[in-house]
Amino acid sequence: MSASLLLDVQGVSKFFGGLRANEDVSFQVNKGEIVSIIGPNGAGKSTLFSCITGFHHMDKGRVLFKGMDISNRKPHKIGKLGVVRTFQIAQVISDMTVLENVMTGSFLRHTRVPGARRKAEEILAFTGLKGKSNLNALALSISDKKRLEVSMALAMEPELLMLDESMAGLTLVELREMIELIRRVRDNGVTVVVVEHVMEAVMELSDRVVVLNSGRKIVEGPPKEVVANPEVIRAYLGDGYNAVRQ
Amino acid sequence: MDDSIGKQTAADETPVPNTRNISGFQLAAGCAALVLLLILPLVFSSAFFKHVMIITFMFAMCGVAWNVMGGYAGMFSFGQAAFFGIGAYTSSFLLLTFGVSPWIGLVAGGIISAILAAAIGYPCSKLRGHYFAIATIAFGEIVRIVFNNWKMVGAAEGLTIPMLKESMAHFMFHSSKLPYYYIMLGFLLLAVTVCYLVSTSKMGYYFRAIKESHEIAYVLGVDVVRYRLYAIMISAFLTSMAGTFYAQYILYIDPESVMILPISVQIVLVAMLGGANTVLGPVIGAAILIPLSEYSRAWLGYKGTGVDMILYGTLITAISMYQPNGVWGSFTELMRRGK
Repeated sequence: MSASLLLDVQGVSKFFGGLRANEDVSFQVNKGEIVSIIGPNGAGKSTLFSCITGFHHMDKGRVLFKGMDISNRKPHKIGKLGVVRTFQIAQVISDMTVLENVMTGSFLRHTRVPGARRKAEEILAFTGLKGKSNLNALALSISDKKRLEVSMALAMEPELLMLDESMAGLTLVELREMIELIRRVRDNGVTVVVVEHVMEAVMELSDRVVVLNSGRKIVEGPPKEVVANPEVIRAYLGDGYNAVRQ
Repeated sequence: MDDSIGKQTAADETPVPNTRNISGFQLAAGCAALVLLLILPLVFSSAFFKHVMIITFMFAMCGVAWNVMGGYAGMFSFGQAAFFGIGAYTSSFLLLTFGVSPWIGLVAGGIISAILAAAIGYPCSKLRGHYFAIATIAFGEIVRIVFNNWKMVGAAEGLTIPMLKESMAHFMFHSSKLPYYYIMLGFLLLAVTVCYLVSTSKMGYYFRAIKESHEIAYVLGVDVVRYRLYAIMISAFLTSMAGTFYAQYILYIDPESVMILPISVQIVLVAMLGGANTVLGPVIGAAILIPLSEYSRAWLGYKGTGVDMILYGTLITAISMYQPNGVWGSFTELMRRGK
């Protein structure tokens, strides 16, 4: 395998009792890529994220990060190694300001307050939240809250950033800004994996798309090919809609 | 990520004040309050007044200690009396049996409390909210019952601290309460300093992340189990110090005076009513509650009608209804809005 391989997911399976959330899912992410994971509701996208980042204990399979086996390690240890995720519903610390929220992230690599603060301010300038540094995190709009969550993740200086639906519920303008932000994150050397329903963003951002359905990977490829794939259309729209218009 | 991030778009350069640092004004006010507290017992020389102040400082210290785990890390403990009692018992037992100085007993008690806190905190590391609170009640009661039946430490009869010549080295004074007053004030200052340092450091930020949710803390790279143990251990150590002080001050302890649930509840009330999650909140809470309880008991308690408890209860109800952030919490909120 080439030297640029960053994340190697090998045959991950996760069952909740009798329910199959993920079965034998494998994919790879190269350094500097943006890879999207899509699929209908309940396809197991978030579960897969949780398995990779240590929030769920996977039943089978392995996850390698830079060749190192990180399967089923504690989430904070995986974070320290450089794999950081966000959540579908933006999670922020409610009795802190925006700056303090981001500082909580930057403390991972800066033990002392001044260093953590400097890093946090840098990140807030990068994500465009600097003017709101002193607001309470709960006072933010949905879009700013998602931006804050991305800022907190970036403050941990990850090599691989995993965003779980960071673009859901945004207006068109906010969506453009978020797409632009994610692109700039990648241009700064951070590899990005997103779980996303907003197809506009997926089409525009992704180098590659992985499609899950009922816990299994059904297709993988460049975005244009993937949306034209009959299996993908069937997964989203049902068996009646298997005609493809090119 | 490389360090170039941010530099390209560092457009708006509004300076951001750090909300958790103390300003010059606050420092000056703090110093003034401290000087006042140093002079106060020299002006009002009544022994009862000094006693009330000492007990107030003691509960303030316990409240500050509770706040480290309860206020910042969100781990509501109703078992603090166990640590208080272990502090009292450790120093007293060491003094009685081996003639060890209570000052050494103070540290030994703190260490034993912290170890016990870690031993009980580890299996509880996934418990949150009500469930954690219930576990701490059970823990406190178990410790009390054990001591009530433990012959080596006097069981239900308790321990009487032997009379020694009064001196700082013996941690014992007979002619005046003044040394106790200053020692306890010093302890309280120590606790406040520890709480301030914790709350403004990495640890304090991590505690607040843990309070928000374990999930978000894990995402941010926080070793939740370890930081929860830090919170419990710091809290236990400080509470235990107050317990040792109590033993040396009252000179008699038994499980029913140092390990009962009402002490734990009092500690929580002091912190909550003053303002959890603030460094000085518990101090303010103690300054309101303890004198009220002591004086109302002295004035009204002898009548046996429970008027003191009614007054006390009314105040608690009123504060919780109108100042849910606690007295100090509401005050700082007001100051912030006024700016």
